[in-house]
Amino acid sequence: MSSVAVIDYGMGNLHSIAKALQHAAPDVDVQIVADPELILQADRVVFPGVGAIRDCMQALNQSGLSAVIQSVAKTKPFLGICLGMQALLTDNEENGNTKCLDILPGHVVRFSDGLQDSEGNKLKIPHMGWNQVHFLPHPLWDNIPQDSRFYFVHSYYAIPDDTAVIAATTEYPDAFACALAQDNVFAVQFHPEKSQAVGLQLLNNFLHWNGQI
Amino acid sequence: MSLAKRIIPCLDVADGRVVKGVKFVDIRDAGDPVEVARRYDREGADEITFLDITATHDNRDTIVHVVEQVASEVFIPLTVGGGIRTLDDIRRMLNAGADKVGINSAAVFNPEFVREAAERFGSQCIVVAIDAKKVSQPGEVDRWEIFTHGGRKPTGIEAIGWAQKMVTYGAGEILLTSMDRDGTREGFDLPLTRAISEAVTVPVIASGGVGNLDHLADGVIKGKADAVLAASIFHFAEYTIQQAKEHMAARGIEMRL
Repeated sequence: MSSVAVIDYGMGNLHSIAKALQHAAPDVDVQIVADPELILQADRVVFPGVGAIRDCMQALNQSGLSAVIQSVAKTKPFLGICLGMQALLTDNEENGNTKCLDILPGHVVRFSDGLQDSEGNKLKIPHMGWNQVHFLPHPLWDNIPQDSRFYFVHSYYAIPDDTAVIAATTEYPDAFACALAQDNVFAVQFHPEKSQAVGLQLLNNFLHWNGQI
Repeated sequence: MSLAKRIIPCLDVADGRVVKGVKFVDIRDAGDPVEVARRYDREGADEITFLDITATHDNRDTIVHVVEQVASEVFIPLTVGGGIRTLDDIRRMLNAGADKVGINSAAVFNPEFVREAAERFGSQCIVVAIDAKKVSQPGEVDRWEIFTHGGRKPTGIEAIGWAQKMVTYGAGEILLTSMDRDGTREGFDLPLTRAISEAVTVPVIASGGVGNLDHLADGVIKGKADAVLAASIFHFAEYTIQQAKEHMAARGIEMRL
């Protein structure tokens, strides 16, 4: 039986993601773990997170999990979700430019105030709800229709230095990178665990992915 | 391509059953909450909200079990409101599988609680529920105030300023209920919805008064709501969520179909 470790570093609700992984692939052993050894032993790693980036990075640095993430992000199929995606970039302007893991070089910035849609309606921040995801070929999109809607809730978004790592974009109102892919690392700004059938399909794809593109 | 407006069915839960009454009287049983949530998920609900209206503290555990069960098989955002007064109440609901909690009277009695909750759990899971009622007379400039206890107790707090204050305290979303319209089936209070939605930066969910599908569309088009919440029109199978979404889409609203 293959195993997936959901990294527990005290940021947010891991039950949703664990339940969704279990539902997406009943044949996989899903563990919520804080112990570096167990994370290093797992076949695949999910790095979730909600909340503020400064608290997230503090928790990772104090627990020593930063080094563990650096290691597994080089070796195993690795899925970052929401704040777990943002933490992979170089830095984040939230909380006065917080230094992050720099696994995917680039920056995380806030949506500007005063954004409007094409009809002149004010766009709210956070970007919350179901928005369309336009993706480029990657095994994690298997059996997912192009431009499917996934559930988002965030106020910051990633701008990678190398646009070749962009695996999907979403418009709010301009296109931003909502998924990044580099070797065995895949990261999404939306919440697959809350995106009903297409979200479960993406999790299922991840749980059967060998980390190759 | 753009963000879809959301339809959120609301389940009023008392002692483990879905109930719906007009202004908390004439309560009708509408079924088992887990069954009802499953049906709404199948029909395409964008989120589901549970409002715990259990009268006694002893029966509060039932809502936790309901959320646990729903969260293990329904993979869309779940919000729980009703009786959320402490950080521990929030932790219990999130651990049970809720994604957001609705804070209502506790915010009125102690606004700092909203700040503490947002700092501890993140704004994304803090929905501040506002029950507002019109207090201006015909011919006067519109004024709405916050009421507690199911719309019975006035607080004297002006609603638009209150909504803005709650956002600065960390609310990630506002659930706005018109106590004049709740249970009447006459449609949302559109001027109230629009006034609040235009005054705050975060999404606003319109609630209170839905009697037909045009009311839902009006909430978005005229009320500028980001999401619409309704209970009774869905519980008794007058309309399915799918019908509601198709109707709204036909009126030009971006929906997840």
